[in-house]
Amino acid sequence: MSLLTQQQRLQLCRLLEEGLPLAPRPYLLLAQQLGAEEQAVLAQVQSWQEEGLFRRVGLVLRHRGLGFAANAMLVLDVPDALVDELGERLGKVDGINLCYRRPRRLPQWPYNLFCMIHGRQREQVSAWIEALLRREGLAQLPHRLLFSTRAFKQCGGRYAAAPEVAHG
Amino acid sequence: MDAIQQALCQHFQHGMPLCAEPYRAMAETIGSSEAQVLDALQRLQRDGGLSRIGPVFEHSRAGASTLVALAVPEALLERVAERISQYPEVNHNYLREHAYNLWFVLTGPDRARIDQVLDEIAADTGLQPLDLPMQRAYRIDLGFPLAGNPVGGNPLAGNPVAGHPQSKAAPGDTP
Repeated sequence: MSLLTQQQRLQLCRLLEEGLPLAPRPYLLLAQQLGAEEQAVLAQVQSWQEEGLFRRVGLVLRHRGLGFAANAMLVLDVPDALVDELGERLGKVDGINLCYRRPRRLPQWPYNLFCMIHGRQREQVSAWIEALLRREGLAQLPHRLLFSTRAFKQCGGRYAAAPEVAHG
Repeated sequence: MDAIQQALCQHFQHGMPLCAEPYRAMAETIGSSEAQVLDALQRLQRDGGLSRIGPVFEHSRAGASTLVALAVPEALLERVAERISQYPEVNHNYLREHAYNLWFVLTGPDRARIDQVLDEIAADTGLQPLDLPMQRAYRIDLGFPLAGNPVGGNPLAGNPVAGHPQSKAAPGDTP
């Protein structure tokens, strides 16, 4: 079995980011596009998996398409000394899908902790978040709830030009 | 969602077999046939519930990314949003309710490319982007919780796939 060339690895990366073909032998189809052998493509993907290049492999669902149209970004202004502790705490709450620390950009943007919450209905999501903040004793922290009202573009991250990937 | 789609969502968001015939292996796990699995995935994709299947690349290992916000005047919104969506580096471009109303993720091979695109966007739109790279992750997106979402109820209850009456958009949601 011959290994993939760097060019083929890059191309494979791009193809994978568009999703595996929904056909009985998906790696064979990818291999044909690359001009490579099915086994070489499969071995490359398995090796990327072992190297930890993938966060996960599987179904990538769309919240909106599943009827979860209320998508809220909760942003909080947390004192720097407390942000890690609070982030760890909120990150464990079921219902919070993402919890990240990001920089403030003063004076325009004072918030440093970001959480994403998905639900069916806006009122339900707002009520759930306010109850959570009260329960956690955080209601007094400056915070905002930014609902998304429209998706202009929705797709997975594209990293295909990444050098780490290129010589993976 | 039918029973096969539910089973696929429950078993294969966090991992799937990396073998020559993955759909056959998935079918064996959930006790169905390869043809049924492929059909269920194709329907879920067509109905808008499935984006794709396969690897989700790890940000920190595979490149650079940042969250960006723009405060776009209402009158320019359509034009700016469309322009932003055209960048191949942009994904998850959303309208949100705030003075900073356009939010999107920029990804690239490295931070230098991100800086370059931010400059291009500023020049293109005349708006100063907020650059909000992740500094620390306390919880990363590991797929959608299907075993009962505490916020919105279980998406597997009933048939929430787009187009069905139960999936009507929340008030205030512009399609």
